[in-house]
Amino acid sequence: MINLTINGESITAPEGATILEVARMAGIEIPTLCHHPDLSNVGACRMCVVSVQGARALQTACTTPAADGMVVDTMSEDAVETRKFVLEMLLTDHPNECMTCEVNGDCELQDLVYDYGVKWPEHNGQRHQWEINPDPNPFIFIDRNKCILCSRCIRACNEIQNRDVWNFAYRGFQTKLVAGADQFMLDAGCESCGQCVAYCPVGALYDKMSIGLGRVNQITKVRTTCSYCGVGCNFDLNVRDGRIIRVTSAADAPVNGMALCVKGRYGYDYVHHPDRLTRPLVRAKWLGREAVEERIAAGEWAIFDEAKQRLTHRRPPNDAQTPIPNTQYPNTQYPNTQDLNTQLPPDTFIATDWDTALDVVANKFAETKKKFGGDAFALLASAKCTNEENFIFNKFTRQMLATHSIDHCARL
Amino acid sequence: MSVHASPSLTFESPEQGPDSQRRCVAVCMGTGCSSSESALVRERLREALVEQGLDAEVEVRRTGCFGFCEQGPITVVYPEEVFYTRVKPRDAQKIVEEHIVGGRPVEKLLYKDPLREQPVQKWHEIGFYGKQKRILLGNCGVIDPENIDHYIAKAGYQALEKCLTQLEPTDVIEEVTKSGLRGRGGGGFPTGVKWGLARKTPRWPKYVICNADEGDPGAFMDRSLLEGDPHSVIEGMIIAAYAIGAEYGYIYVRAEYPLAVRRLRIALEQARERGFLGENIFNSGFSFDLQIKEGAGAFVCGEETALMNSIMGERGQPWPRPPYPAVSGLWDQPSNVNNVKSYAYAPAIIRNGADWFKQIGTPKSPGTAVFALTGMVNRTGLIEVPMGITLREIIFDIGGGIPHGKQFKAVQTGGPLGGCLPEEYLDVPIDFDSLQAAGSVMGSGGMVIADESTCMVEFARFFLKFACEESCGKCPPCRIGSLRMLEILTRITEGEGRLEDLDELKRLSKGLQRGSLCGLGQLAPSPVLSVLRHFEDEFRAHIVDKACPARKCKALITYEVVAELCTGCMVCGRNCAANAITGEKLQPHVIDPELCERCGLCYEVCNFDAIVIKSPR
Ligand SMILES: Cc1cc2nc3c(=O)[nH]c(=O)nc-3n(C[C@H](O)[C@H](O)[C@H](O)COP(=O)(O)O)c2cc1C
Ligand code: SF4
Ligand code: SF4
Ligand code: FES
Repeated sequence: MINLTINGESITAPEGATILEVARMAGIEIPTLCHHPDLSNVGACRMCVVSVQGARALQTACTTPAADGMVVDTMSEDAVETRKFVLEMLLTDHPNECMTCEVNGDCELQDLVYDYGVKWPEHNGQRHQWEINPDPNPFIFIDRNKCILCSRCIRACNEIQNRDVWNFAYRGFQTKLVAGADQFMLDAGCESCGQCVAYCPVGALYDKMSIGLGRVNQITKVRTTCSYCGVGCNFDLNVRDGRIIRVTSAADAPVNGMALCVKGRYGYDYVHHPDRLTRPLVRAKWLGREAVEERIAAGEWAIFDEAKQRLTHRRPPNDAQTPIPNTQYPNTQYPNTQDLNTQLPPDTFIATDWDTALDVVANKFAETKKKFGGDAFALLASAKCTNEENFIFNKFTRQMLATHSIDHCARL
Repeated sequence: MSVHASPSLTFESPEQGPDSQRRCVAVCMGTGCSSSESALVRERLREALVEQGLDAEVEVRRTGCFGFCEQGPITVVYPEEVFYTRVKPRDAQKIVEEHIVGGRPVEKLLYKDPLREQPVQKWHEIGFYGKQKRILLGNCGVIDPENIDHYIAKAGYQALEKCLTQLEPTDVIEEVTKSGLRGRGGGGFPTGVKWGLARKTPRWPKYVICNADEGDPGAFMDRSLLEGDPHSVIEGMIIAAYAIGAEYGYIYVRAEYPLAVRRLRIALEQARERGFLGENIFNSGFSFDLQIKEGAGAFVCGEETALMNSIMGERGQPWPRPPYPAVSGLWDQPSNVNNVKSYAYAPAIIRNGADWFKQIGTPKSPGTAVFALTGMVNRTGLIEVPMGITLREIIFDIGGGIPHGKQFKAVQTGGPLGGCLPEEYLDVPIDFDSLQAAGSVMGSGGMVIADESTCMVEFARFFLKFACEESCGKCPPCRIGSLRMLEILTRITEGEGRLEDLDELKRLSKGLQRGSLCGLGQLAPSPVLSVLRHFEDEFRAHIVDKACPARKCKALITYEVVAELCTGCMVCGRNCAANAITGEKLQPHVIDPELCERCGLCYEVCNFDAIVIKSPR
C-alpha cells in the first residue's frame, strides 16, 4: 500500500494503481474522455490532467501511476484551464447539433462542456465536413464530424472483440478514424457487434436501427438476459411507448460487462415483428374437430392462417395475391382462404393455448414410449436454452424418456 | 559468417590506412556531393591515375561528408590537405596531371572565399573550418566509411575492447556520467544518468535504440555522421548495451536516407565479420547484435515513444511518460534511446577519459555541438564547434556573415520547435542552458539565419505550419490548437489580422504548451512566441498598418515603376504573365495593382532598378 495526498486529503491506495483509479476509489472525480475502465490507457484527450507537486508539467491521471508521497491537485488552475482549452479546441471542430443529435443527454463531451462552462467558439477557420453515414454496414452509423479521436472504439474493437477493424489514418488535423485501410467496415473484418458504438463517448458512432426512435430521456431501460444463447449476457432494452427501440450495453452486467455479439445487440427486431408466433400452434388433427369448432366459436382459439400471413408480410403489397411457390415441399397445399370456414384440412394449424399444446405433446410422448420404448426418441436441444434449461432437458431425455439420443444444435 | 571470438584490432596494411603518408585523393561521397556527380569524379580520377601509371601509388578514397556541401563535390589531396571545391568529372584529369604529377595545385578549383582575395589552399585554413572542433566529425572526410580497417586505424573499437575487457558496466556508466555528456537529441538529458536508469530496471531483455530519425527540415548532422563514420555510432551503441545490459538494439533511420542506410548495412556486416557484433564479443561473454529499422519519415517519429511505437509496427504516436523508456519501452521492456551523436561520443570518452571530454566546451555543456548552418549566410553547411562559442562567431567567422552586405536579423536554433534570437543575443554562448535562458533551445542542431529581407511573421508561420502538418493528431491541443494558431498567422500575413490576435496567439500557445502530450505540441508555439517577443513591431505593422516591413507578404505589397528611372525598354511588360504592365516604348511604364499577381518577375528583370516593392510605412 502507498500513501498519497489528493486535494489535501490523504489517501491509502494499492500499489500499481493510476492517479485516476486512486482518486475515483476515494470518490474524487477527475474528468475523462479517452479513458474507459475496460480499456488500456492512452493519455490522448488530456482531460484528466492534474498537477503533481514536483513534476515538470501537468500529468494525465489516467496514465500516471500513483506513487508514495505524491501530492496531487486535481483542480489546480493549470489543470482546469487546460481542460477548458481542450474542450474549446474540440468544439472548434465539432458540429453545433446537440438539438438533433441522437446522444443528446447521453454524451460525455456535452456534459463536460457544460460542467466546465465552455462557450461555443465561433470562428471562420477549418471544420471537418465528412460525409455523414458513409458506411453500408447495416447496423452501425458513422458521423465523423462528431468524432473526437479518443480511440475508444479502436481499443474496444481490438482489446475486447479482437477484431482490430478500426484505426486512425493520416495525421494532424487530417487524422481520420478508418476501418481497415480506409475501407467499408464489413470489408475490414467487422462482425457488426457494435462494441465500438457502445464505447463511443459522443455521437460519432451510433446504432443505425435506432436513429430517430428515441433519446435517453425518452426511454426506459429494462435490464434483461439475452435469449440467444446460454452465455447469459445482460443488457438494457431501451423501451419507448412499449416498443424496444435499441439495446445498450450494461456496464454492470455480471457475465459480459459491456460486450455483446451482433445477435444480442441488433437481433431484437423479432420482438415486434409481424411474423412472430405469439401462441402455440397445434395441427387440427391432434385436437379433434369438435374441440376445434367449439373453442373457435368461443373465441379462445383461432385458425392460423399461415398462407395469409406469408402473403401479407413477406411479399410486396402489389404482389399480394400471387401464391408463394413451395419448392421445398412441393406436395403441400396451402388451404384456400375462402374454404377455411367450410372445411378443415387435418393439418391446419390452430392457434391454441399452452396447456392444450403441452398436453398434446405429453400425451404423444407417453403414447410413443409405451408403444415403442425410449429408443424411439431423439432430442435436440436449442442453443437458445440456458444452462439450467439444458440440464433439465438432459434429465428429461435420459430419465423420463429413457433414451441416450440427445444432442445440441451447436454441434450440427 | 563465423563469429570471431577475439576480434583483431591491429590494422592489416598500415601503408593504406588513413594515417599513412601516402598520396591520396579523397572524394566526398556524402549525400550532397554524390548528388553532384562525385562518384563520376572518383571514376575519372582513377582512370586518369591509370593513364599516368600512378594507380598503385596514389589511392583514390571514398569519404564521408566534409560539411561544406554547398561547395561540392569536394576533393582533398592528402597528405598536404589541398581542398578542391566544385570539382567536375572533367577536372579529374587536371588534378592528376597538374597536382599529382606536376606538384602544382589546380588554382581554379581552390576555394574562393567571398571575403578574401587569395584563394585558399588548405582545408583547415578555410574560414569555414577555422573555429570548428571536429570530434564527432573527425573521421568524416578522412576515412573510407565502407572500410572497417580505416575506422580501426583511427583507434576504432579500442574503447569497446577496453570496456569489455577492463571495465565493469557500472564503470562505463560512471565514466560517461563523469564526462558530463548530455544527449544531443535536443533535450540535453545526461547520457550517463539515462544509462544508469536503464541498467537499474531489473527486467530483461533490454534494448538500446539509436534515434536517427532526424526530422528537422534542413538538418543533416546525423545523416552525415552515419554516412561518414558509421562505426563510431555502432561502437557507441555496443558500449551502451554493455553498460545497461542489453542484448539487442535498433537503429531507427529514416528511409529518405538511403546512403546512410547502405553505409550502415555495410558497417554492420563488417562489424559482425570481425566479431564486434555477435556472440561473446572479445571473449567477454557479452553478446550483442542490432538491426536497422527504416522509418517512413514522420517528424514525430523522432520523439522517442513514437519512435518505439513505430519500431513495434504501431502507428507513430507518442505515449505519455511515465513510464519512461528506461522502465518500460520497446515491447514494454527497459529501453535506452539516444541520439546518433550521443552514442558516437561514447567511444572517444571511454578512450580518452571523462576529463579529456570535460575540458572541451563549457562546464555544464561539455563537448562540441554540431549544427547545420543554413539560410542567409555566406557559407552554409555542417559544422562542429566547441560548446561555449558564441552565435556571432558561428554566423560571422564560420558562416562568413550575411551575403550582399545585408543586415543580420535573427537566428533560429532548435529547428521548427526552437526559437529565434535577434542581434542583441549574438554574444550568447552556445550551450543547452544559455540558449534556453535566452528564449531559444539547443535542439538537435538546425541553425537558420534570417537577414533584413526576411519577414519574421512569415518566418514564424513557416515553422508553425511545419509543426501543424507534422502533428500526429493524437491529442486535441496540438491537433486542433496548432491549426487555429496557423489560421491566425495566415490571416495576419494576408493583411486580415486584428490586434486581439496577438493575445489570442499567446493564449493558444499556452494551451498547447500546457496541454499537449509530447514535445511537438508543447514546443510548437516556441517560434511564434519568440518572434512575438523580439519582433512584435513587425506583427503590429502587419496588423495595424497593413504593411510588411520586409516587403515579403504578397497581400501587403505593391510593385511600382519609378517613372524617373524607367527607360521604357519594355522588358518588364514582355515578362509579365498577368499582363499587368502597360506603357509605350521609351515611355515610363505603369503596373496595374489590380492585375498584378506579385510574382516579382518584373522586379528581377528590370535592368534599371526602376521597379520598387512598396508596402505602407
Ligand atoms: C517532436 C520531436 C521530435 C524529435 N526528433 C528527434 C530526432 O529527430 N532525433 C533525435 O535524436 N531526437 C529527437 N527528439 C528527442 C527524442 O525524443 C529523445 O529525447 C532523444 O532521442 C533522446 O536522445 P538523447 O538523450 O541522446 O538526446 C525529438 C523529440 C520530439 C518531441
Ligand atoms: S468514433 Fe467515437 S469512440 Fe471512436 S474515436 Fe471517434 S469519438 Fe472516439
Ligand atoms: S502533442 Fe502533437 S504530436 Fe504530440 S502526441 Fe499530441 S498531437 Fe501528437
Ligand atoms: S482520460 Fe486521461 S488523457 Fe484522456
